[in-house]
Amino acid sequence: MSEKILYSYTGIFDTPDEVTHAAEEAVKQGYTKYDVNTPYPLHGMNKAMNLPPSKLGYVALIFGLSGALGGLLSLWWVSAIDYPLVIGGKPFFSFPAYIPVIFEVTVLSAAIATVLAMLFFFFKLPNNAHPLHATDYMKKVSVDKYGIVIQADDPKFDEASVRKFLERVHAKEINAVYWVEEEITHKHKIFEPKFLTFLLVVVIITSGTTYFSLNKLMFMLPFNWMMEQQKQNPQQKSLVFADGFGMRKPVEGTIARGFLPYEFQGQPDLAGEKLINPIPISKESLQLGQTKYDIYCSPCHGYQGEGDSRLRGQFPNPPSLHSEKVRTWSDGRIFAVLTDGQNIMPSYSTQLTVDERWTVINYVRALQRALNAKESDLQ
Amino acid sequence: MISSSVEYQKKELPSKVQTIGLGLLLVGLLIVVLGYVVNPERSAYNNIIGLTFLISIAVGSLFFVAIEFLSGAAWSTPFRRVGEFLSSTVWILPLLFIPLLLNVNTIFQWTHPAPADKTLIDKAPYLNVSFFVVRVIGFWLLWLLFYYLMIRNSRKQDQTKDQHLTKKNIKLSAIFMPLFALTISFTAIDWLMSIEPHWFSTIFGVYYFSGTILAALAIGAIFIVLLNERGFFVKGIHTDSYYSLGALIFAFTNFWAYIAFSQFLLIWYANLPEETFWFLARWEGNWKFFSVGLIIVHFLVPYIGLLSQPSKMNPKRLIFMSGWILFAHYYDLYWLVMPNFFKEEIPFSWIELGFPLLIAGLIILVFYYQAKRNNLVPIGDPKLKRGIDFRL
Repeated sequence: MSEKILYSYTGIFDTPDEVTHAAEEAVKQGYTKYDVNTPYPLHGMNKAMNLPPSKLGYVALIFGLSGALGGLLSLWWVSAIDYPLVIGGKPFFSFPAYIPVIFEVTVLSAAIATVLAMLFFFFKLPNNAHPLHATDYMKKVSVDKYGIVIQADDPKFDEASVRKFLERVHAKEINAVYWVEEEITHKHKIFEPKFLTFLLVVVIITSGTTYFSLNKLMFMLPFNWMMEQQKQNPQQKSLVFADGFGMRKPVEGTIARGFLPYEFQGQPDLAGEKLINPIPISKESLQLGQTKYDIYCSPCHGYQGEGDSRLRGQFPNPPSLHSEKVRTWSDGRIFAVLTDGQNIMPSYSTQLTVDERWTVINYVRALQRALNAKESDLQ
Repeated sequence: MISSSVEYQKKELPSKVQTIGLGLLLVGLLIVVLGYVVNPERSAYNNIIGLTFLISIAVGSLFFVAIEFLSGAAWSTPFRRVGEFLSSTVWILPLLFIPLLLNVNTIFQWTHPAPADKTLIDKAPYLNVSFFVVRVIGFWLLWLLFYYLMIRNSRKQDQTKDQHLTKKNIKLSAIFMPLFALTISFTAIDWLMSIEPHWFSTIFGVYYFSGTILAALAIGAIFIVLLNERGFFVKGIHTDSYYSLGALIFAFTNFWAYIAFSQFLLIWYANLPEETFWFLARWEGNWKFFSVGLIIVHFLVPYIGLLSQPSKMNPKRLIFMSGWILFAHYYDLYWLVMPNFFKEEIPFSWIELGFPLLIAGLIILVFYYQAKRNNLVPIGDPKLKRGIDFRL
């Protein structure tokens, strides 16, 4: 063992009043680097030690406010800008609905920041090597005694006078605490085989447990209660219905929301007579019609409707939309083609809603007009 | 080490207090009587606000005393007498509810429901005049009983120093607590919610309770800090006790906001016309500004004003914020009552000043006479020494 380096002098008291008095005296003596250790927080100790008010409140305030602001901004971005959804007929930015979430985020960020700041900033953890660790002093003051420590790096520290001071305030068991040689010189190595083995074992255990519980455990009795339920899954044979089908057809005459049945099935001429285009021609409706036309119609009919398919002969080319026949058809007649299909053209009633079909027809009319402009259009 | 005896020298309150109290009382009384002559209906509405405000202070203070016994709190023991004196205003509640009981037919719509109004006819088994009167008087007698029993024990202890009296009061407090919860909820429903009998909110009782306890704590804090700064209590009381008081006021400020917002959020979300019309009435015309003002006056200002630790220990700040909260509670009650009668415009004139002045005068006078006859500190209480030595 080399020369021991003095860390501090410690004194032990039996009652909280004595240690509070000792702390007050230490302040009077002008000691600055000293500390008091007690088994539980002592009321009035902050004042006795003349400690400034804790700064922890500011951490809570700053992180609480930034949590509130962050919560508000993310809610605003998510529900009013990035993915606006109508919920309960409320405006996209509806502040009352945000308040509970903002409150939660505020509390969460303030609490986490306070705990982390307390542990790692104010308490300076992790501190693996402290001279007071593994001393008789620490054993006692963490059970039923009260202790004061006066550190050797205090500017007013002097062995004789500190000993005298501790005697004067009636401290018992006045001891010197020394740094252990190892605590000063020891360097923690990262690439120590023991540490690496430990890391590896942690990785294996955590990933193994995760794999086992997610992929195996859930299929074992009795943990399979979520995977194996007494219910009909899609495509399964039914034991209830006589025909054995698990998936049932809707009741006869069921109409999906927003869809009216088409009454001119197989009667395109009647449809041409009866149906009237309800969509007025406007910039918006023409633009929607163009978008839908370019997606669904142009692959075969071509962007200009001239029947110039982009499919390069792999599919029979359809006739031009600029023929006399199509130009003289009523809107309703074209609607019948879009809805029912014609020859090898399939029905587009599932791809295009009723309104979208009418906008496509408006767009086709615009294309026809562009190739067969009237004299009056030039004026 | 710990001495059980506490030095207490009883000091009389200056007679100036009596003069101020009497002056406020007379001016208030004059305005109230004039108001009842000029505009009896509007005065009756103000009377409801005044009554519920005084119930807040009287019964809330009794709650404060009871919760001290029940929780075994020591920090508030040196100040308990303030709560006891304030709760003695229970005696003068009839002064404010008898005029209303005489006018009950003109104030409350449910006393004479329209024949087609099925809602009110269905509610008639609860909302009828005779049951209403029974409830009002019954609740008052109940409060009076517990006030009498608990305060009698507390005063007897000054002479006998008998610790069993504290035990007795703990038991009484335990019985009083659930009765308090029920009576204060039904008081809120009877006097405040039934003004608009078609409307309902299940949290309304808690809403009124949150304001009640806040007002009781605030007026208690004013008396406690004023008297302690002038040395009317015992020596050695530290500002750490103010901190506890301020923290409690701060906590209940948040509690009020939490409850008020819960009530609003559910109604706003569900958006049902039978619930929303109550809030819409408070959002029409000038009431919109008054409603926004409620958030600022009742929550934001006290919240920011009492947020930091030093502000709870600063006597001047604590008195100011407590006065502010008393005003906020009156503002809150005004907001609950007045929009039911006045659409789109906020009534304010000399008639509205009568009841606040009258109640302020009553409270100061009652406090003065109570302080004259009794010790300002419960010197026989076994927790007193611990309360004086209270440190954070």
